[in-house]
Amino acid sequence: MTLSAPGPSRNLPQYGALIAVLLANWLLFPDFFAIRLQDGRLFGSLIDVLNRGAPVALLAIGMTMVIATRGVDLSVGAVMAISGAVAATMTGAGWGLPAVLAASLAAGLLCGLWNGLLVAVLRIQPIIATLILMVAGRGIAQLVTEGQIVTFTSPALAFIGGGSFLTVPMPVVITIALLAVTALLVRATALGLMIEAVGVNRLSSAGAGVNTPVVLVAVYVWCGLCAAVAGLIVTADIRGADANNAGLWLELDAILAVVVGGTSLLGGRFGLVLSVVGALIIQAMNTGILLSGFKPEFNLIVKAGVLLVVLLLQSPTLTLFLPRPKGARPMGTVKPPVAPTSGGAKP
Amino acid sequence: MSRKWVISAATAAAALFIGLGAVQAADAKKLVVGFSQIGSESGWRAAETKTAKTEAEKRGIDLKISDAQQKQENQIKAVRSFVAQGVDAIFIAPVVATGWDSVLKEAKEAKIPVMLLDRQIETKDQSLYMTAVTSDTVHEGRVAGEWLAKKTGGKCAVVELQGTVGSSPAINRKKGFDEVVAKNPGMKIIRTQSGDFTRAKGKEVMESFIKAENGGKDICAVYAHNDDMAVGAIQAIKEAGLKPGKDILVVSIDGVPDIFKAMSEGEANATVELTPNMAGPAFDALIAYKKDGKMPPKWIQTESKLFTPDTAKEEYERRKDAY
Repeated sequence: MTLSAPGPSRNLPQYGALIAVLLANWLLFPDFFAIRLQDGRLFGSLIDVLNRGAPVALLAIGMTMVIATRGVDLSVGAVMAISGAVAATMTGAGWGLPAVLAASLAAGLLCGLWNGLLVAVLRIQPIIATLILMVAGRGIAQLVTEGQIVTFTSPALAFIGGGSFLTVPMPVVITIALLAVTALLVRATALGLMIEAVGVNRLSSAGAGVNTPVVLVAVYVWCGLCAAVAGLIVTADIRGADANNAGLWLELDAILAVVVGGTSLLGGRFGLVLSVVGALIIQAMNTGILLSGFKPEFNLIVKAGVLLVVLLLQSPTLTLFLPRPKGARPMGTVKPPVAPTSGGAKP
Repeated sequence: MSRKWVISAATAAAALFIGLGAVQAADAKKLVVGFSQIGSESGWRAAETKTAKTEAEKRGIDLKISDAQQKQENQIKAVRSFVAQGVDAIFIAPVVATGWDSVLKEAKEAKIPVMLLDRQIETKDQSLYMTAVTSDTVHEGRVAGEWLAKKTGGKCAVVELQGTVGSSPAINRKKGFDEVVAKNPGMKIIRTQSGDFTRAKGKEVMESFIKAENGGKDICAVYAHNDDMAVGAIQAIKEAGLKPGKDILVVSIDGVPDIFKAMSEGEANATVELTPNMAGPAFDALIAYKKDGKMPPKWIQTESKLFTPDTAKEEYERRKDAY
């Protein structure tokens, strides 16, 4: 991975936090880094962090693009529930894996298209536009499953959640693949620059010739797709679609991952890899809390405390008082991109 | 007073009288019960509604169900509309414990008995409802614990998957189980965490427990506050290369079809049923009350029955359509 122009210190809070949380887990639980093979699949707490972090990491990939356009997508959790419900119900009805995958990914694309049209064409504020699907989507998923947990036994679909490729769990493989494809799309083309431009100033980027409605619809569609993939993984993992709980509140974790990753909610610069790192920080904390033996009442407090520290390290006001290497600039400030690749890290 | 007015008034009165007579005649034949249901947030809840319908049919009762979609305001509206319709009794599965007093007073003034299903309410005036049909969630935990103590001879290192932190079934099911653990010095809860009553979280928490306890070798049993978390835990145990039901015993509460399926496959060991038939006992109490004015007890406790793999296959067949 190469780091972008402003120097490695820009990414320091994120990587530092991830390493610190992992080390803290290791101190609490000495076998944290122990990895062995179990039924041809890597097995260990560190693998759990990657595996369990995959759904939020996937959501964060899509969410990063949306947030870079100064938007937000609150519906991703509900879209997960819909895609999972479609997958499990169709599998139960005897459809083959290709049809199931196509249908549930199409459901995600459709949800994204709906959000995109509301935001780009009808110009409804993203938080409100996506709130509609956040509320309605879970209802749609419940209609699909008829209010039940639809279980299935198909090993083909279960493979997406529980299988492995070269000993690496499938959710991790899928996340890396989607991250690579997304990074290629936005960094190898001008798309990333256009997304940042729309996020900084929609009007002037339109004036400069960017087809802003198309860019906006594209990011919401991509976000819907990422959510559908995450929904498939979660459903395949428990071999059942739980429309009430699949992806519940995960939109918040995804937004948090993006923000922890250093992408500003005010749009513009974004870092895809850093958002995934943000998701891993959150999951490493979750796994650490489970391993530590703390009482469950402390879960949220510990999580909030660590997040506060990570976000404080990024605070523009606070970083002014911290010694920092030359060339680094404080995080979270909104500045128009100075160069096409000024935003974030490149994979 | 004009003659016309008198005639029309008389006609109206006659019509009203005949109408009332008709209603009363219908009453004698068929009881009408309004049921304000919370919603259909879980498989169990859907089963409760379904069972209420079949139990009403069995007894020839006309059951009107109103789905509140998890909102108390909808339940209050439903109760008011039942009062306006003049039903014979109102069943409520209250979504929250407080805020019922004023609407229940309206029902009381209309002399319509109110029965609570599945959950209790908090009120100073106990006369606002006739009876509550609920299970004893502390007892459920106790039954699960006693089974495990008996099965393992009172020696077992247990990991516990709690329900949502702060929810009353989670608190009570823990309490009942803890009572049994306290009585058996050989029993110990070595890890306890919240799995939020869901499969996904149950699986994730169990994965960590297994790693934290020497690859699962130090765990004798997992006690889950509901079956869904147990189903998730079973998958985690399998993926760790252990045998659920043998290497690690699995005991949980609720009695949903999927746990019976797991039991019939030898992957779970026991479940304590939370019966979805809350309406049946309420109907019986209502019929007895209407017949000879017999007041039911304030609390009708449903049975917390333990099921083991012996009967799992038949139970699964019996249940899979009810849920």
